[in-house]
Amino acid sequence: MIAQQVIRTEKLTKEYVLGSEIVRALRGVDLVVERNEYVAIMGPSGSGKSTLMNLIGCLDTPTSGEYWLNGQLVSELSDDELARIRNKEIGFVFQTFNLLPRATALHNVELPLIYAGVPAKERRERAASALERVGLAQRMDHKPSELSGGQRQRVAIARALINNPAILLADEPTGNLDSKTSEEIMALFGELHADGQTIILVTHENDIAAFAHRVVTLRDGLIESDVVRDAAVV
Amino acid sequence: MLLGEGIRLALQQIRAQKLKSFFAVIGVVIGVMFLMTVVTVIEGMNRYMKEDFARTIYGLNTITLSRWPEVQINTSAEQWREWIRRPRLTFEDADAIREQLDVPALVAVESGGGGRVAAEDGTEIENVWLTTASADYFRIRELKIARGRAFTAPEDRIGAPVVILGHEAAQKLFGDRDPLGRMVKIAGHRFRVIGVLEKQGTLFGMSLDNRAIAPSRSMLARVTAPHGVVDDILIRVDDPDQMQQALMEVEAIMRVRHRLRPDQPNDFALDTADDSMAFWTRISRILYLAFPTLVGIALVVGGMVIMNIMLVSVMERTREIGMRKAIGARRRDIIFQVLIESATLSGFGALIGIGIGIGLAQLVAAVSPLPASISPVWIAVSVALGAGVGIVAGLYPASRAARLDPVVALRYE
Ligand SMILES: Nc1ncnc2c1ncn2[C@@H]1O[C@H](COP(=O)(O)OP(=O)(O)O)[C@@H](O)[C@H]1O
Ligand SMILES: [Mg+2]
Repeated sequence: MIAQQVIRTEKLTKEYVLGSEIVRALRGVDLVVERNEYVAIMGPSGSGKSTLMNLIGCLDTPTSGEYWLNGQLVSELSDDELARIRNKEIGFVFQTFNLLPRATALHNVELPLIYAGVPAKERRERAASALERVGLAQRMDHKPSELSGGQRQRVAIARALINNPAILLADEPTGNLDSKTSEEIMALFGELHADGQTIILVTHENDIAAFAHRVVTLRDGLIESDVVRDAAVV
Repeated sequence: MLLGEGIRLALQQIRAQKLKSFFAVIGVVIGVMFLMTVVTVIEGMNRYMKEDFARTIYGLNTITLSRWPEVQINTSAEQWREWIRRPRLTFEDADAIREQLDVPALVAVESGGGGRVAAEDGTEIENVWLTTASADYFRIRELKIARGRAFTAPEDRIGAPVVILGHEAAQKLFGDRDPLGRMVKIAGHRFRVIGVLEKQGTLFGMSLDNRAIAPSRSMLARVTAPHGVVDDILIRVDDPDQMQQALMEVEAIMRVRHRLRPDQPNDFALDTADDSMAFWTRISRILYLAFPTLVGIALVVGGMVIMNIMLVSVMERTREIGMRKAIGARRRDIIFQVLIESATLSGFGALIGIGIGIGLAQLVAAVSPLPASISPVWIAVSVALGAGVGIVAGLYPASRAARLDPVVALRYE
């Protein structure tokens, strides 16, 4: 059913022009992700994983092809409407956290609400409960420099979740973390998925991908395989 | 909300990089400082001219008739020779004006000089400003008597040996003792003190209270106007709207008395407070015209420095801007943020400039006779100028930031 499709792409392509050379990062990707799916995107470096995530996250526009988010054709939207979608419908988690270094965890988490025009008091409350959800209730007034790598990524996840996005996108979220911390973060993603969150996660590590119940593998800008596993490790 | 976020960020930035921020705004600081110093002194002068100078020298609604103008600039030797040859003013001139003037007015004669005044116990003060004047002089000059009384018109006519002392003169001569009824000696003549003036203060550093005033025909006139003539004739018009009318009448009366042919120029001078104000207004207009150029240069340079700092700041925070876009910031949110930041930075510079400027003006006022008057309007203008420079300087960096492609920005190292 269409309504269940959070993401649908058809023949999505993306080309970059580098001087006289044209880099075809994506060469026609058809992907459907349904509500409450937990998808890992794998593939070698340069296969187009980040490019696909940026298109899905409305940070970039495709060279050709169509993309529907919650049934809405994204390629027709204006700049401001795309900003609204990034704010409300999409939660992005980056490999390098991308937190404001001089702001507290609480302020970092409430940032999307500032752009959404939410009043200060409500912002504070919602940011606090998002931090509680990722297990950082005791660290709200800490700055990123006073937090460990895993804690910083939890702040970033809380920020991504603050507007209850339709989809949580994570581009190599454990790329900068040690294996023990990585497992903790993956456990958190598992909990979020169990709570009903739709998740797409990029990784090139098999043991990280093992947490997802579906693995899409890219190669040279095309989907090479798309495997749904019955027994995902949770 | 975004405004709060913008200002918060800007203050954070300033706090984190105090020295860099200070150098960033130094141009604005200098511009505004200069503005505040000059404006504070000019405003002070303005008030001084309006409230003290013009009133003290000329008086309100008062025409001063004298041989040559009171305020002189660049007088040539030839001009001086012409002035010296002019006929002196007499008591009869004053009487004629009083009788013939249609415009209701008070008329008084005034002559001045300097000298010593001694009390009976031998206490003596020097450099006393001595004045002989008609009884109406006190009303024309708005001199208030603090104790005792002024002399009367009959006392003036007979040249009664009475004197009114300035506040400082009375203090120095008699200390705590009551000066009323005591005798003082001026130029060998004895006068009875019948009044003391209210304290007047100073003008360009000179005391206005070290003075003595006696009737125009008293013995003191031998000091102030030794040739049986008078220095000035003062005409105070009841209705300010009739100043021009009075000026024309006085001019006509004097031309007849001096038997001037129509082709001959006046051989006397008519001054009003307006004349001296016009002179001052001309000077202050030149100052007001000249210094915006200097302030403008400082602000333009300051704006360019801020623009560069903001460009660097935007560059340094490319990833942050990419992140903000990724979580939902629109172009205009980014523009707004950068503009607020540069306006805050620049406004902060303006505040420093205002502080230093006011301090400098107070310093000038303390070490020179120039007055200082802090003007709230100009403080507001300075803050607005500072913030305005920041906004203009921030426009280009802001549009650069807003145009950043989030994908590229997030990859930026
Ligand atoms: N902004 C860009 N300009 C030019 N080429 C790019 C740009 N972004 C990505 N590419 C190229 O597109 C291909 C896919 O990149 P990317 O999606 O980042 O791969 P992955 O994330 O799978 O490592 C690579 O060959 C990369 O060099
Ligand atoms: Mg990548």
